[in-house]
Amino acid sequence: MDLHNLNPSSLKSRFTTRFLRALTEINARKPIASSSSPREIFQRYRRIKDAADTSMAYSVRSRRTWSKATLWRLRTPSHRRRLASFGRRSSLNKTRTTTTASHRGAVVVQITSRGGGLGVQLEELRELVPGGEAMDLCNLLDETAHYIKCLTTQVQVMRTIANLYSLE
Amino acid sequence: MSSRRSRSRQASGSRITDDQIIDLVSKLQQLIPELRGRRSDRVSASKVLQETCNYIRNLHRDVDGLSDRLSQLLASTDTDSDQAAIIRGLLTE
Repeated sequence: MDLHNLNPSSLKSRFTTRFLRALTEINARKPIASSSSPREIFQRYRRIKDAADTSMAYSVRSRRTWSKATLWRLRTPSHRRRLASFGRRSSLNKTRTTTTASHRGAVVVQITSRGGGLGVQLEELRELVPGGEAMDLCNLLDETAHYIKCLTTQVQVMRTIANLYSLE
Repeated sequence: MSSRRSRSRQASGSRITDDQIIDLVSKLQQLIPELRGRRSDRVSASKVLQETCNYIRNLHRDVDGLSDRLSQLLASTDTDSDQAAIIRGLLTE
């Protein structure tokens, strides 16, 4: 990945700046004595991972359900989260059928008929995409596409930074 | 067991068309390296969703691994603020 031609207003650039700032802060908290105990490394790992997810969620131009869900998850302590999500799981798997015989029709029937093979995969997807449980089908697919784009950017930048750090 | 029911409206009142769903699925397909470039009428929706889930899981694993790697790297270097400055310098060229 070529870092030299980074467009300052791109998602990649916004994420990189935020994430680097967070990394510097995390590193500043390092205690002077023996800073590489396994526990400390684990804590740092958690902080870095959360910083990466948070940075990306903040860097999106227009707020998405997944980005809001990510920020909410990272800010809200788990006991309050459990209370909030009780009852949020809704049966939003709308059922529709079509009688079109073409492939296009088949795709829609596959996706929208409850009890068909896709129910399990849609459930899996809902669990993987932040905030996915509450989305209807169209939003889920749309959010997934955006989420994937952002995740790949996140991974690219993190990998580049890690490579740069390990050049020493 | 799938029962036939009449088309139901979305809660928001706007109807979602079949075409919209198909377009969304094929848009997803293009994002997945495994499936990119294959004709969308040759790849089943089931496959697209399956590979999407796998891909997201891999990305999550990558984030975990890289966070871990970064935490080790941070632990072992002293001149991090300098490095951050170097990296930032590279980015703003």
